[in-house]
Amino acid sequence: MPSEFFIPDPQGQVPTSDGYFGDFGGKFIPEALVAAVDEVAVEYEKAKADPAFAAELDDLMVHYTGRPSSLTEVPRFAEHAGGARIFLKREDLNHTGSHKINNVLGQALLTRRMGKTRVIAETGAGQHGVATATACALFGLDCTIYMGEIDTERQALNVARMRMLGAEVVAVKSGSRTLKDAINEAFRDWVANVDRTHYLFGTVAGPHPFPAMVRDFHRVIGVEARKQIVERTGRLPDAAVACVGGGSNAIGLFHAFIPDADVRLVGCEPAGHGIETGEHAATLSAGEPGILHGSRSYVLQDEEGQITEPYSISAGLDYPGIGPEHSYLKDIGRGEYRAVTDDAAMQALRLLSRTEGIIPAIESAHALAGALDLGKELGADGLILVNLSGRGDKDMDTAARYFGLYDTDAVVAEDEAAVAEITGDAK
Amino acid sequence: MSGNVQLLSDTLAAAQGEGRAALIAYLPAGFPTVDGGIEAVKAVVAGGADVVEVGLPHSDPVLDGPVIQTADDIALRGGVKIADVMRTVREAHAATGVPVLVMTYWNPIDRYGVERFTAELAEAGGAGCILPDLPVQESALWREHADKHGLATVFVVAPSSRDERLATITAAGSGFVYAASLMGVTGTRESVGQEAAALVRRTRATGSGLPVCVGLGVSNAVQAKEVAAFADGVIVGSAFVKRMLDAPDEEAGLVAVRELAAELAAGVRRN
Repeated sequence: MPSEFFIPDPQGQVPTSDGYFGDFGGKFIPEALVAAVDEVAVEYEKAKADPAFAAELDDLMVHYTGRPSSLTEVPRFAEHAGGARIFLKREDLNHTGSHKINNVLGQALLTRRMGKTRVIAETGAGQHGVATATACALFGLDCTIYMGEIDTERQALNVARMRMLGAEVVAVKSGSRTLKDAINEAFRDWVANVDRTHYLFGTVAGPHPFPAMVRDFHRVIGVEARKQIVERTGRLPDAAVACVGGGSNAIGLFHAFIPDADVRLVGCEPAGHGIETGEHAATLSAGEPGILHGSRSYVLQDEEGQITEPYSISAGLDYPGIGPEHSYLKDIGRGEYRAVTDDAAMQALRLLSRTEGIIPAIESAHALAGALDLGKELGADGLILVNLSGRGDKDMDTAARYFGLYDTDAVVAEDEAAVAEITGDAK
Repeated sequence: MSGNVQLLSDTLAAAQGEGRAALIAYLPAGFPTVDGGIEAVKAVVAGGADVVEVGLPHSDPVLDGPVIQTADDIALRGGVKIADVMRTVREAHAATGVPVLVMTYWNPIDRYGVERFTAELAEAGGAGCILPDLPVQESALWREHADKHGLATVFVVAPSSRDERLATITAAGSGFVYAASLMGVTGTRESVGQEAAALVRRTRATGSGLPVCVGLGVSNAVQAKEVAAFADGVIVGSAFVKRMLDAPDEEAGLVAVRELAAELAAGVRRN
């Protein structure tokens, strides 16, 4: 029986065997890692051809993760989006609270197949770290998570979750002390400990085969959502919308719709305080092609190839790179990428919470803000599918400070409420 | 104007002719300042270094340990630019006559433009480049321009490199082969990895005839002597940088790196 949930790209057109999506991708890694990265590629190809691998992953997806995830229509939220219908793909309902578990379980099985006993991973918001720590607990693997020091502060709940699950969490103090630097440190660990260690990379970036492999583990998002929305509405959506940091939830949603030329694929990048301020992480909107973390893609950098420090209120999107397949989709015109500010995302976060009783992650709120704008552009006949990639529990401290929700902030809260009136406007 | 790949080969051959290993010193450009970095290069050559690698600092030095990360950070905060790296190469080579290589990550060169970078480096008197995150499979464009401008392409090999890869890498490389003594990032170590001698042997067995120089973790004369027993060159980086970081002032730092170079130079003379 074919697998229901592990659905690698059947088209096999991109990437090439060298890992190239058009001009993007490749394998820019130190010689010391070549053998290990090749081993991952070989083992993944073997796993794809092995029905036992798909069967085990399917079983985990159903009985551990809780797939398929729901598709929820949000009419009260959609009233603020020009009357378009909006459906949310509920990856926030997966075990551990985000889409990240899809990829993590696949790579954890691969780790076991390769006979490795230790896993390392980077994390920004902590969602990938929590998912990785979870899988390591489940499979009895040693686990070390690298996290930028700034992110350990703004996502303290997830740090506690990882430690509860038995993982070692290392706060990275170099560079911008965010996701980029956590990846640098994870690579340094991998070079030194590659014999027994798998680097369980958390997004569709990095050297080949990670962009294609991580995408394949997340393809289930779009495959399920496509079927669900057609069953519910009798047609394909006008647009599939997702937030993009490294781009894993977005590629997971988009990929099944790539052959559907009439479905717009809209990625929402973090504009932070606004692209014009320079304080943002909108890589596709404001970056240039370059090499970061093992592949060629758009990168936020200066004229001499130094990577510039990104900024976003969302730790999970605060990254100066992007998966190479997104760069490819942008350049061939199949993907559209727009930038959403911190403020627009936070307004959308509160709007969804108050109209639908669903608190999204700040990352996913960028996609919601994008959908509000897109709905107004499409008008009342519009049909929009949004990937709700994660839940917002981890962000309550950031949100409480932003909106002044703590009792000690009571006076501030009055003022903030007046300023932060729900407008539903993603500008 | 052609780069100094031949000078590099001649220098390594001369050391071999003297029955010793060459001493190759690494220092980042712009550290502690651009002028201070140039003085440091002159000091290590005065102490006995045969070849110099000038680091082009990068914001994301994924293969470097804390010592070189700190130096890169100081250099970048000081505003070091590629033009400053070229000036460092030019002045260091002009003052000392030794071959000067640049070591950096691929993105700065990719962004600057491969043709522009190789032309300027050759014009400055550079001998070539070491690009540890540019694997041989992705290196065709670089090699085309490096060859055109008379610059060496020094590839890194690691204990994990299989024999067939060593053959591919030595066939594509020039100048010498950089053998990483251990699996890890730059930094001083208590002892040099056991795997280094085996890697040098396997690299030589490809029959390319390229000299094989060993780096990563070497920090003192005892280790230098140990490595010199089986390698054509001994590469030292973090130990020099650490001496400069630990020195109370720039002048003391120059004295310290000159002394270390002299100790290491004695170490690479095997007897």
